[in-house]
Amino acid sequence: MSSVPDLTTGYLGLKLSSPLVPSSSPLCRDLDNLRAMEEAGAGAVVLHSLFEEQITREDDALDDVLLQSSNASAEALSYFPEMQAWGSSYHAYLQHVQRAKKALRIPVIGSLNGASSGGWVRLARDIEDAGADALELNIYFVPSSVDMTSADIEQNYCDLVQDVKSRTGIPVAVKIGPWFTSLPNMASRLDSVGADGLVFFNRFYQPDFDLESLEVVANLELSGSSALRQRLHWVALLANHIRPDLAITGGVHTVEDVVKGIMAGAHVVMLTSALLRNGIGYLNDLRLQLSEWMTVHEYESVGQMRGAMTVDAVAEPGAFGRVNYLKVLGSYTK
Amino acid sequence: MQLPHVTNPTMNEPLSPRRQITIDGNEAAAWVAHSTNEVIAIYPITPSSAMGESSDQWSTEGKTNIWGSVPLVVEMQSEGGAAGAVHGALQGGTLTTTFTCSQGLLLMIPNMYKIAGELTSTVFHVAARALAGQGLSIFGDHQDVMAVRATGFALLSSHSVQAVMDMALIAQASTLESRLPFIHFFDGFRTSHEVAKVEQLTHEDMRAMISDDLVRAHRARSLNPDRPVLRGTAQNPDVYFQARETVNPFYDACPSIVQNAMYRFAALTGRRYRLFDYFGAPDADRVVVLMGSATLAAEECVEALRARGEKVGFINVHLYRPFSAEAFAAALPSTVRSIAVLDRTKEPGSPGEPLYLDVVTALNEQRAGHSFSPLVVGGRYGLASKEFTPAMMASVFRELEQPKPRNHFVVGINDDVTHRSLQVDASFSTEDPETVRAVFFGLGADGTVGANKNSIKIIGEDTGLFAQGYFVYDSKKSGAMTVSHLRFGSKPIRSSYLIARASFVACHQFSFLERIDVLDVADQGATFLLNSPFPASEVWEHLPRAAQRQILNKGLRFFVIDAVRVAKENGMAGRINTVMQTCFFALSGVLPEDQAIAAIKRAIEKSYKKRGPAVIEKNFRAVDSSLANLHEVDPHARVTSTFDLRPTVSSQAPEFVRSVLAPMMGGHGDNLPVGALPVDGTYPTGTSQWEKRNLAQEIPVLVQELCIQCGKCVMVCPHSVIRAKLCGAEQLAGAPAGFSSAAAHWKGREHMRYVLQVAPEDCTGCGLCVEVCPAKSKTEPKKKAINMSPQAPLRDRERANWEYFLTIPETDRLSLTLHNVKDVQLLQPLFEFPGACAGCGETPYIKLLTQLFGDRAVIANATGCSSIYGGNLPATPYTKNREGRGPAWSNSLFEDNAEFGLGLRLSVDKQEQYAKELVGRVAARIGEELATSILHADQTSEAGIDRQRERIAELETRLRATGNGTGLDPEVRDLLAVAGTLIKKNVWIVGGDGWAYDIGYGGLDHVFASGRNVNILVLDTEVYSNTGGQMSKATPRAAVAKFAAGGKRSAKKDLAMMAMSYGTVYIARVALGASDTQTVKAFLEAEAWAGPSLIIAYSHCIAHGYDLVHGLDQQKAAVQTGSWPLFRYNPALGAEGQNPFQLDSRPATLPLEKYIYNEGRFTMLVQSDPEEAARLLAEAQEDVNLRWKQYEHLASRVFEGKQGESKQGVKA
Repeated sequence: MSSVPDLTTGYLGLKLSSPLVPSSSPLCRDLDNLRAMEEAGAGAVVLHSLFEEQITREDDALDDVLLQSSNASAEALSYFPEMQAWGSSYHAYLQHVQRAKKALRIPVIGSLNGASSGGWVRLARDIEDAGADALELNIYFVPSSVDMTSADIEQNYCDLVQDVKSRTGIPVAVKIGPWFTSLPNMASRLDSVGADGLVFFNRFYQPDFDLESLEVVANLELSGSSALRQRLHWVALLANHIRPDLAITGGVHTVEDVVKGIMAGAHVVMLTSALLRNGIGYLNDLRLQLSEWMTVHEYESVGQMRGAMTVDAVAEPGAFGRVNYLKVLGSYTK
Repeated sequence: MQLPHVTNPTMNEPLSPRRQITIDGNEAAAWVAHSTNEVIAIYPITPSSAMGESSDQWSTEGKTNIWGSVPLVVEMQSEGGAAGAVHGALQGGTLTTTFTCSQGLLLMIPNMYKIAGELTSTVFHVAARALAGQGLSIFGDHQDVMAVRATGFALLSSHSVQAVMDMALIAQASTLESRLPFIHFFDGFRTSHEVAKVEQLTHEDMRAMISDDLVRAHRARSLNPDRPVLRGTAQNPDVYFQARETVNPFYDACPSIVQNAMYRFAALTGRRYRLFDYFGAPDADRVVVLMGSATLAAEECVEALRARGEKVGFINVHLYRPFSAEAFAAALPSTVRSIAVLDRTKEPGSPGEPLYLDVVTALNEQRAGHSFSPLVVGGRYGLASKEFTPAMMASVFRELEQPKPRNHFVVGINDDVTHRSLQVDASFSTEDPETVRAVFFGLGADGTVGANKNSIKIIGEDTGLFAQGYFVYDSKKSGAMTVSHLRFGSKPIRSSYLIARASFVACHQFSFLERIDVLDVADQGATFLLNSPFPASEVWEHLPRAAQRQILNKGLRFFVIDAVRVAKENGMAGRINTVMQTCFFALSGVLPEDQAIAAIKRAIEKSYKKRGPAVIEKNFRAVDSSLANLHEVDPHARVTSTFDLRPTVSSQAPEFVRSVLAPMMGGHGDNLPVGALPVDGTYPTGTSQWEKRNLAQEIPVLVQELCIQCGKCVMVCPHSVIRAKLCGAEQLAGAPAGFSSAAAHWKGREHMRYVLQVAPEDCTGCGLCVEVCPAKSKTEPKKKAINMSPQAPLRDRERANWEYFLTIPETDRLSLTLHNVKDVQLLQPLFEFPGACAGCGETPYIKLLTQLFGDRAVIANATGCSSIYGGNLPATPYTKNREGRGPAWSNSLFEDNAEFGLGLRLSVDKQEQYAKELVGRVAARIGEELATSILHADQTSEAGIDRQRERIAELETRLRATGNGTGLDPEVRDLLAVAGTLIKKNVWIVGGDGWAYDIGYGGLDHVFASGRNVNILVLDTEVYSNTGGQMSKATPRAAVAKFAAGGKRSAKKDLAMMAMSYGTVYIARVALGASDTQTVKAFLEAEAWAGPSLIIAYSHCIAHGYDLVHGLDQQKAAVQTGSWPLFRYNPALGAEGQNPFQLDSRPATLPLEKYIYNEGRFTMLVQSDPEEAARLLAEAQEDVNLRWKQYEHLASRVFEGKQGESKQGVKA
């Protein structure tokens, strides 16, 4: 086989030149980074997330400051000039979407991170108006009450997606975590409320402790390839069984990881940690390596590769169920 | 639920094609000034600051003047600077203005003579204010404008918000035509801050009034190298006099020019003014002459008296200078028999106040042509915003009826010393029952005033009603009470005085009920709205007797709402403004309920649109849920309460506190007679201890077993409410039950007890102590050694504990190591319970100063926050120790504080020198040994100073003994008078960055150069805090401040580096939150250095835009980012051959954004202009990097020490 393998793929109804997509991360805040990503062969970019709490908190905090320092003293009826315009991160985000759209030829996917089905979801519409080609809804709900049932939470997810879908005309991908009692059912429900894509998986905030100060420390460690397995498992199980396109994010570091993700059935594989570690230019390396791998392994296109290892395609589907568990245990004891 | 007498005849129908707007006097003046000028140079000063701020805001928003160009607004470093810039811009041919008042206007005087002498057209708009004499006052009278009446400026007075806008234009038109510069003035606060409904002049109106030909003529007179001229010559005796007389025709012509401008204005707008407006009976026998806002009260009074058939009238003076005697005489009815001229100023020693003298002179000159010869008397009223009411005006008319009316009287106060006051009939009232009169009691931070300003705007702009709002603020910065006075109705409102009989009273804070009789102001049958944590069914039992009595006696309708709960339920935290505003509209019935709610929501949307949809939405929710929670209370039939108002001060307080200060504290200072007050402005210190404000919802509570006795909480407490002592166990024998103590963690003193006590009624609840506490529970880390807990249940117990604590003797100073923070906590603070903001970042430094040196300190304090919380009557925080020693404190001015402090130093030095000379002269009589030991005393340590005190006591004893009953000789008496100066004194010069970096910098620099032993403490908040957040040269790049709305574009001035250039100044840059040890060290070294010392102290501030509970964390972050490097420059080290520069903090461990983006002053820009914010952040980071390199370079220089060893100043 002499021709160059076809790396194009489809995701959320968009045609991408490559299945490699930088996932939503702080890297995407910078327009120059986005240009570099396109240059390095990204199929699309998912912009950094606009956090529901951030917007509300910023506005509330500023309002508190302005209110509490106003009209209290005869000499100082206020301490700040009138704001020139309401902006907040929200405003800046929409501008960023517009600029990204202007600067890039590849699709730009906006990202909203929220947990409530309140008025803030109208922001989805604004992101669409700002020019985003699609929206990734990163639902990040941390149940902290003993009264909250799984059913309530699942319903919240569905309501939220439905709400967002009802306000936007662009495709919506839903990024979720793996910790559902029945992930396939949850995926199916998200499918039924209109999700156009499912992104596996977001990473829950995992606080650490500072033992000297006895304080909780917020940080997130970069992922490693080991995180990929969980994603492969669920994508391979669900691919072809639900309508939404599937994406893998988390644990994609090497060309083998990319190939595994596609073979599991993912339309795109997303990267952050790998880019943070190796630089944006690493995307280009991966693209070349993917091309080379496919050439060596005689795959003509990503489409041909996609789903080669789903539960339906492999010789031993039991490996995705409890049988696999026994097998792993067995391999360990040997 | 509606008040009965509201009518709303012309809702939404504008009265004329011009816009009806509801604004205050400052905005009215600024609107015309901004529209008719090209350059505006200002410096902030209360109450005129808002004019400059509005202008800056409008220019930032791109609003143009009537020629379509955006005026250039520049903030200067002082009013002197502003006047110079104005003078220069005028000479350059631009239309230029400024806004100022009071001391600011005085600083402009030299340039004003020049501007007038050169016949230059300009208008200065002045919110007229009192001058600092026996004390400072920010409030309104005419002392400042009267002080510039000799400059040659024309003086034009406005009496109402509408008149301010009108006269601003008339002045602008007149100055161009007459070539005389104008002061256009109106009463500070009463008019500058009164919100009223006015007709807004349009740009077309202004174009019609202002001749472009005259503008071009103004330009043609400018300095221009294309047609060069020379101005500012030095003139000799041969011609100066004649040249001075050349201007006479211009002054002669001016009154007619102004009157003609007024006629043209009347033709344009229908509002008629005359140079002297007469109002009253055409055949009046008694006439009062006055100017400014008091004329409105005068009008009401004259109307009322005329209705009773009295022949009275008054003249409202508009053009005071040039004074047209002819026009004045023409305005007077020929029937007048007696005239009272009321001056809102005082000119001690003069035969009369200025307006009085001018009237007498005018009448004298005009008498030839008239048949009448009225009697003229003069009187004073209204100094520093003292109320002037129709009743006072009536008392003046009563006096004029007397066969021999008193001259040089005062009205509005009780003069029991020289007996010049007129009796006022308090029952005389002209309040219109048709006008709704609403009074609201709120807390500074609860949004009451903001909501009421909104309400007045809604009423003014959404209805056809007339509306007026006036707001009275507490002079304290924490826990300040605000009282809003709102009037509205179908008749024009002229009442330029506070509401005394309210038809609606709202109390927004339940705790006020136990402090003041809020219902004293309620009229019979009024409506009372109370924010109450208790439901309607229970609230009665929680009211003090005074409130119950008022409700029953006056037949009040009484409503309650738990506004705090409603606000919280709607995501508004404790902010009750919107909830209470909704209730007010519902109860006042000014609009139908649905219209009122729609109007409130429109106002919310308008007010908060720049704060984001989340803010608007939660306010909407609060509006929607308010009315369902508003309930009418069925009062009991009789007074049932078992408690009453708290006494203002304890019966243990000294006589002066009880009889003079307590009435001020209780809000009854107006009733104090002249004789009660000190004649020269001298007041006792240590009086804040008697004002128990009980502000804190929560107070710190110690967990003794967790406490490590580090003293950090004591150190950082901004209000000195946490104190520590070491004592013997026997001293706790009589302690109240629950008084806690622990074995002392001091080496060698384990047998002693350590007590840490909170003053529960003085705490403001800021929480800094908890934030700084390093000791956490091992099992529950959120619990620290000190934690906040609700005050109410603790109050009685902790009050008893505090009182007991005060009886325990202070720890012996000589036993302590002063550079040890742990020991510093045991030093008695001689600065306590200031009215500073809760969590203030400045006061801990002042407290530390007084702990270390307070018993021998003289403090010169620049005007600013520190002079307000430091010297604001009635409660003064500077106090004395048990021996009666403590800081002697004074505030001279804003601009001269360094020089003032230097003067104090010179005085101490001179007297010390004289005392030493005298000791030498009397040595034989007191004993050579004592004399020698006094003259050569080592006072470099506390112990040394203590020994010198003993010697001086001995000296005084021996000196007194020299008399042997025959009297002391003059030298001995002189020595007794100055012997105290032989004990080491230190002079502290304290002020903020506005003083040190801007207005006072010239003097400060001179004091550096003087080499004298003064200690300068700059409380650097990086902004003008006291006047409301204007940019100073200490403001860092990228911070948003007034006059830097788009983020400051230049770097913070490096004051330390500038001082360092002398090489002889001790300099330290400190931040208590980053290193308390370094701070203490710096204070000790500064005091020890015998030359000038400068400490620049990072002071977090409410103007930084975050909850001050995090102030210390921010200080730390400032240091960790390298933005606020800690260092000390000690010339004493230089003298020893060592590097005098010592860096006390490490290179940055955090990027700048981790510090600045915790603060609203920086994030505001990120929100409104993210790109510019990013650009400025990068530049600011570069500033930090560059400066750090410079400091590092300074610290790394190698010096050869005395012993030859290498010395570097870099922190290991």
